[in-house]
Amino acid sequence: MIIGNTKPLEQILSMVEPFDRIVVAGCYGCVTVCRVGGDKEVQVLASALRLARAAAGRPLDVREVTLERQCDPEYVETMRPYVGDYQGVLSLACGAGVQFLAERLTASPILPAIDTTFIGVTERQGEWAERCQACGDCVLHTTGGICPVTRCSKSIFHGPCGGSMSGHCEIAKEVPCGWQLIIDRLRALGRMDQYEKLRPLKNWRSSRDGGPRRIIREDLTQ
Amino acid sequence: MILKAFENGADGVMVVGCLEGDCHYLVGNIRARRRVERVARILAQTGIGAQRVRMVNLSAGEGAKFVSHAAEFDDHIRELGPSPINVVRSKAAAVPAAAQAERPGGPGGPGGPGGPGALRTEAAREQR
Amino acid sequence: MKAGSNLEKVLAAGQFAVTAECGPPRGADAEEVRKKTKHLLGHVDACNVTDNQTSVVRMSSMAGCLILKECGLEPLMQMVVRDRNRIALQSDVLGAAAMGIRNLLCLSGDHQTFGDDPQAKNVHDIDSIQLIQLVRTMRDEGRFPSGKELKGAPRLFIGCAANPFADPYEIRVPRLALKVAAGADFVQTQCIFNMAKFARYMEDVRKRGLHEKVHILAGLTPLKSAGMAKFMKSNVAGMDIPDEVIKRISAADKKDQPEMGIAMCVEMIDQVRKIEGVRGVHIMAIEWEQKVPEIVARAGLLPRPVAP
Repeated sequence: MIIGNTKPLEQILSMVEPFDRIVVAGCYGCVTVCRVGGDKEVQVLASALRLARAAAGRPLDVREVTLERQCDPEYVETMRPYVGDYQGVLSLACGAGVQFLAERLTASPILPAIDTTFIGVTERQGEWAERCQACGDCVLHTTGGICPVTRCSKSIFHGPCGGSMSGHCEIAKEVPCGWQLIIDRLRALGRMDQYEKLRPLKNWRSSRDGGPRRIIREDLTQ
Repeated sequence: MILKAFENGADGVMVVGCLEGDCHYLVGNIRARRRVERVARILAQTGIGAQRVRMVNLSAGEGAKFVSHAAEFDDHIRELGPSPINVVRSKAAAVPAAAQAERPGGPGGPGGPGGPGALRTEAAREQR
Repeated sequence: MKAGSNLEKVLAAGQFAVTAECGPPRGADAEEVRKKTKHLLGHVDACNVTDNQTSVVRMSSMAGCLILKECGLEPLMQMVVRDRNRIALQSDVLGAAAMGIRNLLCLSGDHQTFGDDPQAKNVHDIDSIQLIQLVRTMRDEGRFPSGKELKGAPRLFIGCAANPFADPYEIRVPRLALKVAAGADFVQTQCIFNMAKFARYMEDVRKRGLHEKVHILAGLTPLKSAGMAKFMKSNVAGMDIPDEVIKRISAADKKDQPEMGIAMCVEMIDQVRKIEGVRGVHIMAIEWEQKVPEIVARAGLLPRPVAP
């Protein structure tokens, strides 16, 4: 899922500073699962904003809503009937959701309440870690299911580098060496033959480097 | 829930949980402590004051201790004075109604004539 | 001859090679580089110029190499893949070769968190092994990796690094094999303090016949003090300094430790010369380049061969 991090309250307060009536919109998608933008977080953030503004003598009127998703048009449309009564929307969705609200609810300023960080997994409760860089050219079948682009700090394709020590990356003890993981997996799967292959230069065109991406499925378009 | 209490005009909130290691729901009291800590941080960041929320651990049989904790907390909150929100609201209430716009989100200030406003404390038993 | 560099000629003639290293200055003063070359002239077959080592910004390796060349010292350019994409790398390969630089060491590069600009964008378009392949393709096939023909193939003697002391050990020789398959002509290892482990590494290298496919130069660093040894042991990734080594240098008085460090370095040169497959030494006397002449002399490696 897409993981994000709540912005500091100070920054959010300065974003909503010019406003007196806002909507705080959460999302039941990824941000609910990673506990940063769902129903509960909407309530907590709305309370915090109201408290701060009440204490400052400038009450803030907050309408709380959590949408099914902010990245599909039909759910965004559900806001249209009332969004015009407010001066702006503070969205707890990922960057895609925030932008989609902005594209469709063009008359309203849309503000991001979270910093969208990465595509990742729940390693254990309260702990999420990055797994995928969305490079558009997946090679996981050749590396034991572990991504060299994401899990290796240097995105090496023939690793590990000379800085790998005791299974961790040179940058920090908490960061496992991606290539140590790959080798352990290949060994466990009996596929070390995949290690000593020279890999061609990566085609980054399918990644963000090639420009903003788009997929059109002719079989699905109307 | 705790934040709502402050929004509604509470000057302080005391949360009571089971003794650590003795919770019927195993770790409910520990999770509660972490959440109370989070609320305290938010109270600090919003200018309300982290000291206005407190968690204490008791067993169901410690009635006397409960009373003494509650009394102590009550004194503590009186010393801190009314929550900044109540101060602001009571000032606003003192302004003639015509000059004051209606604001949703909580009752008007507790201020009656003559005082900075009644102090309120709430003790809430943590429930799961 | 692949590139015709002095280093290549020395190795091709079967002589024990000596290379050293100098770090360019953190400024634009060419004199800083010239000062270092003075110590090394006549004492080494080629000298590496590092490429923003530990991600700390320094004068570029290419510029440093040109200054070395002006001073009559054969340069060995280092290129990391951390900061430049394949377009820039190919371009610099052509530029270096055009300016008469004949040796190139292809490296990953330390992660930028170690430097002063950790906020920089991390490039790593290709890795060091792909860089070796890229340079070899340009040199031997006269074409770019894109497939297009190039006019004027860059003649470079291609090198790579190897670290027998990094983890996991079992992958170190297979990874060297990958580098050799990609086209490496020579190897400079990370500095050796654990001689037993290095000997074991070379045994595994010989088992695969790699010592006959690539020229291996053993990396060595003279210790200035016990403090330096301890620092390197705890703070530098991929470094293996056994306790006996630390004990030995610590046993000397503080003022005698530099001499002890040099003596130990000379001793290690003698030891590696006896290991089959080691074709030379790479002396990394960081900010102590002035000691290289003494080390080389005491190891009995003077005079250096003068290539025809």
